[in-house]
Amino acid sequence: MLYRISPLVAYTVFFRGAFGSWYAISETLKRTIPLLLVGSGLALAFRAQVLNIGAEGQILFGAVAATWVALFLSPPAGVTLLVMFLLGFLAGAGWALIPAFLKTRFAVNEVLSSLMLNYVAFNVVLYLIAGPWKGKSVRGFTYTDTFPESAWLGTLGMTKVPYFTLFSGIVVAILGYYFLKKTAWGFELRIVGNSPDTARLLGISEERVIFLTMMLSGGLAGFAGVGEVAGIHHLLRHPSHISLGYGYTAIIVAWLARANPLATLLTAFLLGALISGGDALRVSLGIPFQVVSVFNGLILFFLIATERFGHYRVSVRRKVKG
Amino acid sequence: MGEIILSTMNRSLVYAAPLLLATLGEIYAERAGVLNLGVEGMMMVGALSGFIAAYSTANPWFGVLVGGVVGGLFSLIHAFASVTLRANQTVSGLALTLLGTGLAGTLGRGWEGKMLAVPIRSLPEEVFRSCPGVVRMLFKDTNVLALLGVVFAVTLWFFLFKTRPGLWLRSCGENPAASDALGVNVWAVRYGAIFFGGIMAGLGGAYIAIAYRPSWSSGMTQGMGWLAVALTIFSFWNPLYALVGAYLFGALFHLAFRLQVWIAPEILNSLPYLFPVIALVFVSRFAFRKKIGVPAGLGKPYERGTSE
Repeated sequence: MLYRISPLVAYTVFFRGAFGSWYAISETLKRTIPLLLVGSGLALAFRAQVLNIGAEGQILFGAVAATWVALFLSPPAGVTLLVMFLLGFLAGAGWALIPAFLKTRFAVNEVLSSLMLNYVAFNVVLYLIAGPWKGKSVRGFTYTDTFPESAWLGTLGMTKVPYFTLFSGIVVAILGYYFLKKTAWGFELRIVGNSPDTARLLGISEERVIFLTMMLSGGLAGFAGVGEVAGIHHLLRHPSHISLGYGYTAIIVAWLARANPLATLLTAFLLGALISGGDALRVSLGIPFQVVSVFNGLILFFLIATERFGHYRVSVRRKVKG
Repeated sequence: MGEIILSTMNRSLVYAAPLLLATLGEIYAERAGVLNLGVEGMMMVGALSGFIAAYSTANPWFGVLVGGVVGGLFSLIHAFASVTLRANQTVSGLALTLLGTGLAGTLGRGWEGKMLAVPIRSLPEEVFRSCPGVVRMLFKDTNVLALLGVVFAVTLWFFLFKTRPGLWLRSCGENPAASDALGVNVWAVRYGAIFFGGIMAGLGGAYIAIAYRPSWSSGMTQGMGWLAVALTIFSFWNPLYALVGAYLFGALFHLAFRLQVWIAPEILNSLPYLFPVIALVFVSRFAFRKKIGVPAGLGKPYERGTSE
């Protein structure tokens, strides 16, 4: 095989890295959290046929807002985390408002605009850590100073899994499902997604649904970004370390869950395992991390390919004796 | 002043060539009614395969050929999903980009940072000796492949708007049911257009890895594939406007690059991604007023016996 590694060894390393020990499972859970938060938000957006591909940038903006609060705003220690999550949510939602506005006002395709803004957010973080926010004590490195401990999230036992965001993720997935199925807004959202024509006839504002889903999915991505810096890194660093492509993988999470927030509980865990398994491949066998993208692409292809077959029904025709 | 304009145009010719090639391909795919968001992935695959071929054979033109063919073959995955299986084209294209960038990153690990010993070289100055000074400055340090982009654009425009097969192709994007009724093989035309789009994107990628910066690194297309998708809309699905658009983008990047002394590089590096968004805003206003634009059947799978 490629890299002269037998597939069997690769599979073993992969599964050990994802589930093989308590440590591996905690690593998988650590990756599951952002995927769950972002994925359940994207599930709402995708259900309304609003294709928000900009979660990666929205995560980064949440992380930036959190860093600003922790290092520069310095609110009273008791409320630091509260303010971080609040502003992080707003920052993510605000960044997602741009494609929403461009789509409703100028009919600019949201796939393109939200994706382009990912690159911009990436550069914004690079600029901050190399320039104005570069830490005073880090010398040659490009990251910020470490947050004060009042801005750190508590973790489960000996692991590195922040329990607050894990809990939030589960609650958000359940609430998202409830919102979609039981509330009037959720109903409007599903109508717009299933049949825009019917929505128009019923007088449902498509614009409102676009804004709502963009802000919710962007806000949750921002929230996840806060979780990454407050729970794991405790500082702002290179954007590809803050988010290991969570914004892109969450697209698969939401699609695999067929845009059902409740189902993201399962799919986020599966793809979390994919990321930590991929990380194990990189560390012990030297296979590049991009292998995760390959899996993601393949999963997506199989999904849309099989989706079509669901439309066909086996029908039995009996010959009518004439 | 004149010198700045000339040298900007000159650098734009070299820089924007892969963008132009990929855009021309995407125009054909979309004119046939298929949205392909996999351009970035096809460019990466074309860049890597082209680089490896050129590196191993020491023949850059063979590398360009391989890059184009591999890009084309790779695009057939999207063709199969979107035409045969009639799957969601947006998602299928995204999947193609994920797969392509992932594959290029994974398979290209061993080639990371390698330089090409025999790249496609710039044209020697003697070629333009007999030309006036302006022409000489415009084409200084350009290469054959970059100049071929112009030829491609004009030829593809002619084919699309002045020939009968071009009309068939456009009709498949506007009203596939009517084309089908008239005996055009919608399936074959769409497969062909996607395949052609893949070849062009592969060529664009190979150009970057073999001529523009003759080396390999896994992030080398830097979102240029996405730019091509934006430029397709910006150019109203017309190869001649794409020519103008690509060089306009190229010139803007070059000017931004020159400002590096005064402005932080991170801000300048964001501009290539902000320009297309801003451009799309203007385009949508203009298109709305003039009522031109999107091929009517774009993004809709065609199935016999349905009205759409």
